[in-house]
Amino acid sequence: MVAVAGDVFSEGTLQRRTAQAAEFARRNPTVVVSASVLLAMALMATFATHLAPDPMALNPAVRLKPPCMMEAVGFEFTTSCMGWFGTDHLGRDVYARTVYGARISLTVGLAVAALSTAFGLLIGLLAGYVRLFDAIVMRVMDGLMAIPSILLAIALMALFGSSVQNVIIAISIPEIPRVVRLVRAVVLTIREMPYVEAAVSSGTRLPKILFRHILPNTFAPLMVQATYVCAAAVIVEALLSFLGAGTPPEIPSWGNMMAEGRVYFQIKSWMLFYPGVCLALMVLMVNLLGDGLRDTLDPRIARRMR
Amino acid sequence: MYAYVMRRIVATIPVMAVVGIFVFLLLHLTPGDPAAIIAGDYASPADIEKIRARLGLDQPVHVQFARWVSHLAQGDLGVSIFSNLPVSKLIGQRLEPTLALCVLTTILSIVIAVPLGVFAAWRAGTLVDRATMVFAVLGFSVPIFVIGYILMYVFAIELRWFPAQGYKPIGDGFFPFLRSIVLPSLALATLYTALIARISRASVLEVLTEDYIRTAQAKGLSSPVVLMRHALKNAAVPIVTIIGIGIALLIGGVVVTESVFNIPGLGRLTVDAILHRDYPVIQAIILVFSGVYVFINLIADLTYTLFDPRIRY
Repeated sequence: MVAVAGDVFSEGTLQRRTAQAAEFARRNPTVVVSASVLLAMALMATFATHLAPDPMALNPAVRLKPPCMMEAVGFEFTTSCMGWFGTDHLGRDVYARTVYGARISLTVGLAVAALSTAFGLLIGLLAGYVRLFDAIVMRVMDGLMAIPSILLAIALMALFGSSVQNVIIAISIPEIPRVVRLVRAVVLTIREMPYVEAAVSSGTRLPKILFRHILPNTFAPLMVQATYVCAAAVIVEALLSFLGAGTPPEIPSWGNMMAEGRVYFQIKSWMLFYPGVCLALMVLMVNLLGDGLRDTLDPRIARRMR
Repeated sequence: MYAYVMRRIVATIPVMAVVGIFVFLLLHLTPGDPAAIIAGDYASPADIEKIRARLGLDQPVHVQFARWVSHLAQGDLGVSIFSNLPVSKLIGQRLEPTLALCVLTTILSIVIAVPLGVFAAWRAGTLVDRATMVFAVLGFSVPIFVIGYILMYVFAIELRWFPAQGYKPIGDGFFPFLRSIVLPSLALATLYTALIARISRASVLEVLTEDYIRTAQAKGLSSPVVLMRHALKNAAVPIVTIIGIGIALLIGGVVVTESVFNIPGLGRLTVDAILHRDYPVIQAIILVFSGVYVFINLIADLTYTLFDPRIRY
C-alpha cells in the first residue's frame, strides 16, 4: 500500500505529474473536495488576525444586533444589523469569534489525533508482539473502552481543570484504546507473514522487526483512523465547552459560543447558529476525508463498506 | 451453550474491575492534592481538611480502596459532597427521564434504521440508497446539540408543535410526557440511526450475494419475504453488535441532550456534579453507566444464537 502511494509521485515530468494529479482528483472527488474545504478553514484560522476584527472587543452599545448576512437574504429585523454574523450579548462580533473558534477546533482535533495515534501505535505495537504485555494491556484497554468516551473525558476535565492543553489530554485518553486495538490487530496478522518469520530466523532484533518490518504496514489504517479520531475530538471539544467543562470561557471556541448563545436562543438564534453550522461543516469534511482515504488506501475494505 | 453463557458472564468481571480501579484511581492519579481538587479554587484550608476527613482521604490508598469496594458491594455508592444526599438516592430521582429518553431513542432508531438499511441495500446504487448514505454521513457529523437546537427551532419555536424545553413526568399523563421527550429523542436518535442504518446496509448487501437468496427468489418468494426472513435474519449479528456498541454513544449523547432540552435526568446530574466537583457522584455515574454498557453488550452477545443457529459455543 505504501509502495502504491509512492508510485503516484515517481520520477516524471511536471506534465505527467499534473495529469496524474488530475486522474487522482477524478477518481477521489471526496478526498479532494473535503481536503480543500479543510485547507481553506485552516488558512482562515491561521490568518484570522487579518480576516476578522478583534474577537474579544466588547461594545455594549451594539449588543445582540442581528447579522447583516441574514438581512441581505431578506430577513427583517426591528433593529439595524451589525457585522456578517451579528453581535453577541456583550456586543462582540460573532463573525470574528467564529473565525477564531476554528483555531481551537483545529488545534484540538489535530493534537488529539497526533497524541492518541502516537501512544496507541506504541502500545499497540508492543501488545501485538510481546505476549505478557499484551495480556495485561488489553485487559486495561477493554476496561477503558467500557467507559463511554464522552463521560470519561468529562470526568477527566472535572479533575484537571479547564485549559486547552487539558482538553487535549482528556479527549486523547479515551481514544487511545481504539487505536491500540487497530494497531494490535494489524500486528497480529503481519507477524505471521513469511517475511517476518524470515527476518526472525535470520536473527533480526526485535526493535528492528517492529519498526522496519511491521510499522510501515500500520500506516494506511492508522491514517484513516486518525481522521476519525480528529472528527470525534472536534465534536467532543465543542461539547465539553458547551457543558462548561472544556476550553476556558474567555477563549472564543465554538462550544463556548454555543453555551453563551443558549440563553438567547429562542429570540436571538444567530449566536448559536453560526458556530453550530461551522462545527457541523468541519466535522463533516473531516469524516468525508476519512471515508475518502479509506476507499483510496484500502479498496478491499471500501468494497465491503459501500 | 450453558458453558458459553457462563464464560461470557465471567469475562465481564475483569472489565468491570478495571473500570472500578480506574474510576477509583482517577482522583489519586491526578496531579495535586485530591481534597484540594474537590474543594475547588476558592476553598479555605479548613474546608480542604474537612473534605479530606469526610472522604477518608487521610488514610492510605489501599485502605481507602478496600473501604470503597466493600461499600460498593453493599450497594452503597457514597454520599454527595454538594447536596449531602446518598448518591444512590440522587440517581434514583433522576432515572426516569433518562430511561424514558433512552428507550424511546432506541426504539425510534431501530425502527427507522433497520428498514432503511435493508431497503438501501436492496436498491443499492439508486437514489434512495445514495440518500441513505448521505444521511448516515450527516448523522455522524452534525453534533447532537446542533441537531437538538435545529429541531427545537423548527418544531418548538416556529411551528409550536412541541415544548422547547423541560420534562413532564409520566405520572402527569402520558401525552404531555410523550410530547416533552419527542424532540430530545429525535435529536439523540440521529447519530444512533445513522450508525445502525450504515451497518444494516453493509451487512444486508453482503448477504444478498449469497446463493440461498437467489434460491429464495427463484422459487418465487416475494421480495419482502426474501429481504426480511432470509436476508435480514442472516445479516442480524453485525446489526445487533452495533446496536450494543452504539449504547456508548447513546449514553454520551444523553448528557448533552438533557442539557440542551433542560431535562432533569442523569445527564444533568453528571454536568451539575462536574461543575460542583462532586466527585462521589461522578464516580458513581461512571460506574453505573459503564455497568449498563457492559451488561447490554453481554445481552447482545448472548442473542447471537437466536439469529444464527450456525453459531455454536
